[in-house]
Amino acid sequence: MNEEELLAQLYDLTLVGNAPAVLELTNVGLEMGLSPEALLFNALIPSLEEVGARFERGDFFVPEMLIAGRAMAGAMDRLRPLLIETGVESIGTFVMGTVKGDVHDIGKNLCNIMLEGAGFQVVDLGVQVAPEKFVAAVEEHQPDIVGFSAFLTTTMPMFKANINALEKAGLRDKVMVMVGGAPVTQEYADAVGADGYAADASTAVNRAKELVKKHRLVGQA
Amino acid sequence: MARAGVVVIACGAIAAEVRAALRSSARAGDGVEVRTLPPLLHNHPELIAGEVARMAGQLQSEGRTVVVAYADCGTYGALDEICTSLGIERLAGLHCYDVFAGSKVVEAVFAEEPGTYVLTDFLVRSFERTVVQELGLDRYPELWPDYFGNYRRVVWLAQRRTADLELRADAIAEMLSLPLEVIDTGITGLADELERLSSRAGG
Ligand code: B12
Repeated sequence: MNEEELLAQLYDLTLVGNAPAVLELTNVGLEMGLSPEALLFNALIPSLEEVGARFERGDFFVPEMLIAGRAMAGAMDRLRPLLIETGVESIGTFVMGTVKGDVHDIGKNLCNIMLEGAGFQVVDLGVQVAPEKFVAAVEEHQPDIVGFSAFLTTTMPMFKANINALEKAGLRDKVMVMVGGAPVTQEYADAVGADGYAADASTAVNRAKELVKKHRLVGQA
Repeated sequence: MARAGVVVIACGAIAAEVRAALRSSARAGDGVEVRTLPPLLHNHPELIAGEVARMAGQLQSEGRTVVVAYADCGTYGALDEICTSLGIERLAGLHCYDVFAGSKVVEAVFAEEPGTYVLTDFLVRSFERTVVQELGLDRYPELWPDYFGNYRRVVWLAQRRTADLELRADAIAEMLSLPLEVIDTGITGLADELERLSSRAGG
């Protein structure tokens, strides 16, 4: 098997969520001398992007997305220490959590995997994260971006509560705020005063990259 | 009878209870027909408003009076837009849980334990099909923790407890390794809502 074939197979196996085979092929690739970045950017990430596209089209539903995400996460666990070792610089820090009162986390976890794959350092606060906890994490990790995920009509108002808490703590202009989750729209994100919104994980990565640039420019000014 | 010609477009997940409620309430039930939409639309809530609009539009063009036995149901306002534009009404509340138990009770359930997974009689009856199969848990049992790892208890809002449903609810809680609590709601909340809607619609 040459490098190209290996990457093509890794792409296909991630697409169908065959976690053991994805991990094995990741190891084979590394032994062949492929870099962690090559495996990520030429197979794993494009594959998960395709999974997202199929979900949007209705060809995949939640389970297919979850098993593909799991397969990629397994490979990520293998690649993470190597990326750190080789000194690949993180492109930004992203603190993420599902808001208080809500325990849906599938979409959030997929965003985390994609953000990490794209080179972000991701701090996942889990589910049911109260405003104080977001504030404490922003103080501790000084991220470029903090992301709030919500899925219920009854928990979306927590976006505003979280933003108010950041304002009160004097942190609002030190961090970019992104929001997302199935019920969230661009209009809603604008109304609560978020800096960014994305409807899916790939768009979230692109938006996050733009916001980091903006954030750092503002920081220098 | 003014109400003859009224059609209830019901979510399949509450159709049995809608029929029972109409039977129990002679006034609301008189001459009312029930048409159902598939309960699995709940896993694709972006499709609900469109399906209701299609069915309601068709019925209205036949001169029928329509009421909608859906709550917001995860359409995040889209169903309300349809109802407003067609001049029809739906059940009050966010979910059928609100209709059965009252929104105060539901709020209290989630405030007490946000990690609550709610069951209705429909979900108890159909769990294998609507949850286990639909979420792929039969094909990928390794996904149980991904779906339910954050939950702390199951609350069954029971419309009509039977020995069979009790056994099934116990089995579901066991499958999830969570404690089960039961709140008896009956169907009077639903019957009252249907009465309100059909009397307004049918005049
Ligand atoms: C899977 C699911 C569940 C699973 C959740 C498992 C888990 N660990 O998350 C289970 C079965 C456990 C569940 C439980 C419940 N659920 Co549920 N669930 C769903 C379902 C079917 C899919 C959600 C999902 O995971 N989608 C897949 C992911 C990949 O997509 P996504 O979430 O949109 O995420 C993407 C984007 O939004 C974005 N994104 C996400 N987060 C973020 C964050 C940022 C910062 C950014 C930029 C982007 C971003 O990127 C993601 C990846 O592409 C939806 C219906 C639907 N189709 O939306 C209902 C739904 C969300 N659930 C709903 C309900 C009501 C419940 C329950 C209350 C039901 C119950 N019987 O108790 C409980 C919740 C209890 C609680 N305490 O929270 C309702 C909500 C309605 C409302 N008005 O609030 C829905 C809409 C179903 C419905 N039609 O009624 N649910």
